[in-house]
Amino acid sequence: MDTKPVQLDNIDVLQVLNEEGMVDTTKAPPLTHDQLRRLYVAMVLTRKFDSRMLAMQRQGEMGTFAPNLGQEATQIGQVFPLTADDWFAPSYRSFGAQIWRGWSMEQLLLLWAGYHEGFPPPEGVNDLPFSIVIGSHVLPAVGVAMGMAQKKQQHCVTVNFGDGAMSQGAVNEAFNFAAVYKAPCVFVCENNGWAISTPLQRQAATESLAVRGIGFGIPSIRVDGNDILAMVAATTTAAERARAGQGPSLIEAVTYRMSLHTTADDPTVYRQEEHVDPWHQRCPLLRFERYLNRESILTEDECRRIADECEQRVLEARAKFREMAKARPEEIFDFVYHTMPPELIEQKKDYLSRLARKGLNP
Amino acid sequence: MAREIEFRDALREAMTEEMHRDERVFLMGEEVAQYNGAYKVSRGMLEEFGAERIIDTPISETGFSGLGIGAAMMGLRPIIEFMSWSFSLVSADQVLNNAPKMLYMSGGQFGVPIVFRGNDGAGGQLGSTHSWCVESMFANVPGLKMIIPAFPDDAKGLLKSAIRDDDPVFCLESERLLSLKGEVPEEEYLTPIGEARVRRTGNDCTIVAFGRPVHFALEAATELAKSGIECDVIDGRSIRPLDMDTIATSVRKTNACVVVDQSWPFASIASEISAQVQECCFDDLDNHVHRVNNDDVPAPYATNLEQAMLPHAGKVIEAVRSATYNL
Repeated sequence: MDTKPVQLDNIDVLQVLNEEGMVDTTKAPPLTHDQLRRLYVAMVLTRKFDSRMLAMQRQGEMGTFAPNLGQEATQIGQVFPLTADDWFAPSYRSFGAQIWRGWSMEQLLLLWAGYHEGFPPPEGVNDLPFSIVIGSHVLPAVGVAMGMAQKKQQHCVTVNFGDGAMSQGAVNEAFNFAAVYKAPCVFVCENNGWAISTPLQRQAATESLAVRGIGFGIPSIRVDGNDILAMVAATTTAAERARAGQGPSLIEAVTYRMSLHTTADDPTVYRQEEHVDPWHQRCPLLRFERYLNRESILTEDECRRIADECEQRVLEARAKFREMAKARPEEIFDFVYHTMPPELIEQKKDYLSRLARKGLNP
Repeated sequence: MAREIEFRDALREAMTEEMHRDERVFLMGEEVAQYNGAYKVSRGMLEEFGAERIIDTPISETGFSGLGIGAAMMGLRPIIEFMSWSFSLVSADQVLNNAPKMLYMSGGQFGVPIVFRGNDGAGGQLGSTHSWCVESMFANVPGLKMIIPAFPDDAKGLLKSAIRDDDPVFCLESERLLSLKGEVPEEEYLTPIGEARVRRTGNDCTIVAFGRPVHFALEAATELAKSGIECDVIDGRSIRPLDMDTIATSVRKTNACVVVDQSWPFASIASEISAQVQECCFDDLDNHVHRVNNDDVPAPYATNLEQAMLPHAGKVIEAVRSATYNL
């Protein structure tokens, strides 16, 4: 036997829709024109929502949040194949996917402004809470998947996380459990190239992160994350495998964080504009629009109208949010336990009496 | 009718009865199935319930803690066994961030009805990294409940309540008590979480203890009675919620208080009870509250040094004599 150890540091990237908007028809998922239009609208809406929320944050109306400019195809593509019975475990950058899943934009604004009405998933939406601790939500997502298997349900869980989470022990433990127990889940690693200021090359010695899945015995694929059609194709296959009891898949969606890590970040400290420039050409919306225009699925006029309508929807959500954003300080003791224990009842009494005397003033 | 059974068997009866009662309940952890549990607590459960409900895991505490949390969020009732609570430290993010805060952070949407259980405290020459008493550190976190039985009947009754509880419950068991025999009723019963139990009554000093140290307190009280000092011994049973009413009622009667706690003294369960007793019984106390803790060092490995570092009856006796010097 050859004593040379085996090494795998990269796998090919699946691309269906190239930067010029040309489609490889041999790989294209079978989508109707209506589905293609819905995908496009969702991506435009995500971008409009992202830029409006950023403006609102800069004006002091929002808390810290993580923008997702340039990652719209990964966002929407990963949830496209999910049914209402499937579950989605978002990361904190996944608000585009959450809108697709049925979260209203006003609720997401409430969430990112810190009001607790923003946090519970809407009725009938099987989404888990995200975690701010990187990768912390991935194990509970696999737990949901294993619970599905135990309850003999034929659904799946898609869990989203970033390249940064690949360095977490918890995420690697999640891969191992999912593989060993054939948990019905789809891991979507949204590789946007940066863990705050740390580039991928300082996080991984391999070109691809998908190769790690292979080591766990998980079928893994590397996908152009700015290509909505490749994302839909890969996640549809993975979701079908999971539902059929064939276990988990790992999808590495290669994209780029064109904007900030969070609104507390200043990328000019650690990267030059010329790093970002090539990604303007790889914009997921631009190439999809070229394709839709060329195939006469949407005209340029229609695309402009969609942009206006999306902007309008975002502004309406902002107006609703402003109506709803009222702090109710007496609620901070709610939901610590299902039934409030005696010591907390005492503490709440003290807190309320202080509020009555002093209001929210320190 | 009661019969005498071991502490470990009482724990197992609690789990098996609840698993028969509710098909959502399952047990997961290292060595719990094929091997019958590292401490034989789950003996026979694999045969009784099968591999789908008695689940052996890789050595991956973060992994199975997090999985259990997810399973609880989607409607199951996991019991997660840590071979030792010492090993729960590697899964602290799951155990302390996700389990107790999920209900709050999801605006009431996702409860985590999970039980984490396993050995807590010195097991006898296990070395300092393997002898953790996590109660002081973990009890600091809101959103969790914590039970710490000292006798087989409470082990069963409290664990059954924990499995039925909608909030995450941490059940701290002492390896040194697993072979302890005690009377356990045969018929169904639950021990409510958050209620202490007075194990011995006396008018001179209140001794409050949790888990294994309850036995040190009882031993000390028996010895002290010979010289005419009679103690109330309160078995706290739950740390969160804490039954301060029972403690305060006793201190108002005895005017003296000693707390025995098997964790380190700094910011400990004993510190907390000491502070609360002084808040609610300030005018009743004839002396400051005395604390008996581990010495403030990592657990030594040598058996005699380990014994010297842990609380024991001799230290409790000294503390009670000091707290009641004016008698």
